Amino acid sequence: MSPIVTLDDVHTDIALRNGTAHPVSGVSLTVGKGESLGIVGESGCGKTMTALSIIRLLPPGGRVISGSITLGDTDLATVDEAGMRKLRGNRIGMIFQDPMTSLNPCMTIGDQVSETVLLHRDVTRAQARERAAEVLDLVGLPRAKERLDSYPHLLSGGMRQRVVIAMALACEPELLIADEPTTALDATIQKQILELIDELRDRLGMAVILVTHDLGVIAGYTDRVAVMYAGKIVETSSTQELFANPRHPYTEALFRALPENVDADRRLYAIPGLPPDLSDPPLGCRFAARCAYATEQCRAQEPALTGNGHPFACFHPLTTKQQATPNPHTPLAVAEETAPLLVVRNLVRTFPVTSNGVLQRKIGTVSAVADVSFTVHTGETFGLVGESGCGKSTIGRLLVAADTPTSGSITFDGTEISGKSHRALRRHRRDFQLMFQDPYASLDPRMRVRAILREPLAIQHRGSAVEQENAVAKLLDEVGLAGAALDKYPHEFSGGQRQRIGLARALALRPKLIVADEPVSALDVSVQAQILNLMRDLQREHQLTYVFISHDLSVVRYLSTTIGVMYLGKLVEIGPAEQVYTSPAHPYTQGLIDTIPLADPEREQRKDNAGVRGELPSAMNPPSGCRFRTRCPLATEKCAAEEPPMRQFSDQAHQAACHYPLQQIH
Amino acid sequence: MTAIPADDAVLSDSPKTRGVFAGPLSAFAENKLAVVGLGIVVAFILFCYVGPLVYHTDQVHIDLSQATLPPSGTHPLGTNEVGYDQLGRLMAGGQSSLEVGVAAALLATVFGTLWGAIAGYAGGFIDSAMMRIVDALLAVPALFLLLFLASIARPTIGLLILVIAFISWLGPARLVRGQALTLRTRDYVTSVRLMGGGPLRAILRHIAPNAIGTVVVNATFQVADAILLVATLSFLGLGIPPPAANWGDMLSNGINYTYDGYWWLIYPPGLAIVLVVVAFNLIGDALRDSFEVRLQKR
Repeated sequence: MSPIVTLDDVHTDIALRNGTAHPVSGVSLTVGKGESLGIVGESGCGKTMTALSIIRLLPPGGRVISGSITLGDTDLATVDEAGMRKLRGNRIGMIFQDPMTSLNPCMTIGDQVSETVLLHRDVTRAQARERAAEVLDLVGLPRAKERLDSYPHLLSGGMRQRVVIAMALACEPELLIADEPTTALDATIQKQILELIDELRDRLGMAVILVTHDLGVIAGYTDRVAVMYAGKIVETSSTQELFANPRHPYTEALFRALPENVDADRRLYAIPGLPPDLSDPPLGCRFAARCAYATEQCRAQEPALTGNGHPFACFHPLTTKQQATPNPHTPLAVAEETAPLLVVRNLVRTFPVTSNGVLQRKIGTVSAVADVSFTVHTGETFGLVGESGCGKSTIGRLLVAADTPTSGSITFDGTEISGKSHRALRRHRRDFQLMFQDPYASLDPRMRVRAILREPLAIQHRGSAVEQENAVAKLLDEVGLAGAALDKYPHEFSGGQRQRIGLARALALRPKLIVADEPVSALDVSVQAQILNLMRDLQREHQLTYVFISHDLSVVRYLSTTIGVMYLGKLVEIGPAEQVYTSPAHPYTQGLIDTIPLADPEREQRKDNAGVRGELPSAMNPPSGCRFRTRCPLATEKCAAEEPPMRQFSDQAHQAACHYPLQQIH
Repeated sequence: MTAIPADDAVLSDSPKTRGVFAGPLSAFAENKLAVVGLGIVVAFILFCYVGPLVYHTDQVHIDLSQATLPPSGTHPLGTNEVGYDQLGRLMAGGQSSLEVGVAAALLATVFGTLWGAIAGYAGGFIDSAMMRIVDALLAVPALFLLLFLASIARPTIGLLILVIAFISWLGPARLVRGQALTLRTRDYVTSVRLMGGGPLRAILRHIAPNAIGTVVVNATFQVADAILLVATLSFLGLGIPPPAANWGDMLSNGINYTYDGYWWLIYPPGLAIVLVVVAFNLIGDALRDSFEVRLQKR
């Protein structure tokens, strides 16, 4: 296999205001024709910078300082900027993470795709347009010819990402670089996009570099993997080999942090600390500070990347025996048969859609939550899962009375809370708190941590100034942050640390219920594990009840005792976590489980089921009958005519709403 | 593994505790242009208020025998068309220009900020009504308003401040309203509500401090604008009547003598206006940066 792209000992520097960062220090890799290489690692490990070094689109101040990059038989070091422009989009295609920002909202998609062709090929406008239609058809945009004149905002996220891929492929590049191409997309869409890239790679014989933090994506869609840590490749081998037999402790740690492989009663393995500052990398092995096996030698000497076929850079590589060490047990918070803490009955929330004119005429309603009922007991974790736009966050907001339901009731600890005024709810608010998805946006950037944590106590008049001060110090300790954090601003913390502060604030009033809205979806796996462990510890300590909202079924499965699956405003399945996960009754739940990329190449590449196809319909005109019928493989006319009622599937309150369930009705 | 993983290794170096303004102040001092701007403003304040105590001139009695003398030993910047010493007049004129500029800017900023914050936070009908008032006033040409006022009122410093503030509060009102609209949907403002806090806390503790950067910066630009407006007003005849002076007046009078070569009637007040305006703008720029805690180095 002739290599398409070869990197040999590449070093990249970025000049910062104070100092120089070395995000890529000595990376060597090759990708052959038709081959797919995955680069994986935590954020801030230089994955993206390695990719950008190839296409030479580094941020301001960034420069490849040594090493060689060869594309085909061209040494890219000899190519000037004008030459690079001829290569980009022509011989190298690039897909960025966010399809929202990588398309120009003022240009039709036809123009955007044909622009690439016009730049690199000697063709007429009409020919370029023809080519655009052809490529858009190739990436699976339905009715591509008619849609050439659509603007990006008319397309859904998944369709936009297809357009972005079409732009990258318009000139049939030899190398396609995909930088987290599906991170901003739902799992169901993610699967479709990754399959598309895979299929196009086969068809066009491109080399693909897939940059991702998701081991599941790596397992299913790459031939070889390079694990990066702190600007260096620490281990590289074929995907099968790496997953079966990881040698570097960092690779192993990444695997062990995944919630999908861990039984619900075991702790997740969290890698302590953070990747090092790349403007001043440590001596010796860069992972030593966080490594469980590190010795003096690791801190003094740098291990070289050696070995045939499966090179790794470690003095103390793992043996098969060590890899089998199970994670330590963690006692589950036992949900005793207690009185229900939270009872939700027939909850409905619709949002009016108004025209943009002065009169704001009502032109329709969005049915965000439609007739949802469930009960949460004290000490339990209720996991709510579904695609984005299914109404799970709206429920979260309703539960903490940040929003008022259109109809239905929410009873918390015996008291009706829906529809009460802010003043009447004031006292109750200390019993239920919300943990936000984006810890950065939920902490006032101008407040120090001390003031942030004291605010809830001050609002609810809890104790004197001294008592509050002590309470704050205790909170900080509980979430595992040092006292020095008190005088810092939120921006001085990493994402995981900020989420700890968010959790501390939610805990400040000692609530009974915490509604956590996607609390870990913005975090790296290793940090996600830290937060999930912490949430568990605190639950046990304080008898907390969680409502855990997430799009990630494997995280929900790990943390929850009960899972509710939502689709387009409806609760379609609810039941004990293991039952829902292992024997789902609703086709949608089954589809969701199938779309989770598993960090196991054999299982992942063997998976032949389609998962959930298509995209979420508009909640303005939800389908009649069963709302899932438009995407359901089992749908019949009955599904369109009749809305399926909730039916029991076991003695343990496992219910689902489907006419043709996958399990026996109890 | 029972202990909560130590995620705080990076926090172990304890930072020195500093005052609330230590950060912004040091950030400000690092910006050399801002220090230059501040220096210019201080120099002008000394020049206008301490200057006359040292350098005595008669700015009340006309002396036509001394009119339009070029700069010399007795009159370092010459005299003007009615015999006032130009340097002394620059000092006296500066007083009223700076006073009107700062006072009008302050008034406009405070009123505009309040108006905008209330409208933005309240939202809905109140917001629409309040902002339509602003739009309506913006639609009236300032020049028309000024000409109208000039024809009915005899200008005093107080009136001048009111008129300028009346024209310029609309800008900050719109600016702050926009800020408040986005700030009130932030998660941290929502979280105040979820803790049981009321709107007053949300506005005073979260919205106002987060909008302060914009407000302060805008205020410095307002000072510069107000000084220029005084000049415009003087040109239109709504300036402060003689014998009181201001830089705008001096400039517009001096322009009549452009072809006589009396450069000392034009350059000094012109330069003074330009310098003060630039200085306030430099300060505004630096304040914007220094109020952004995220840019601060530690």
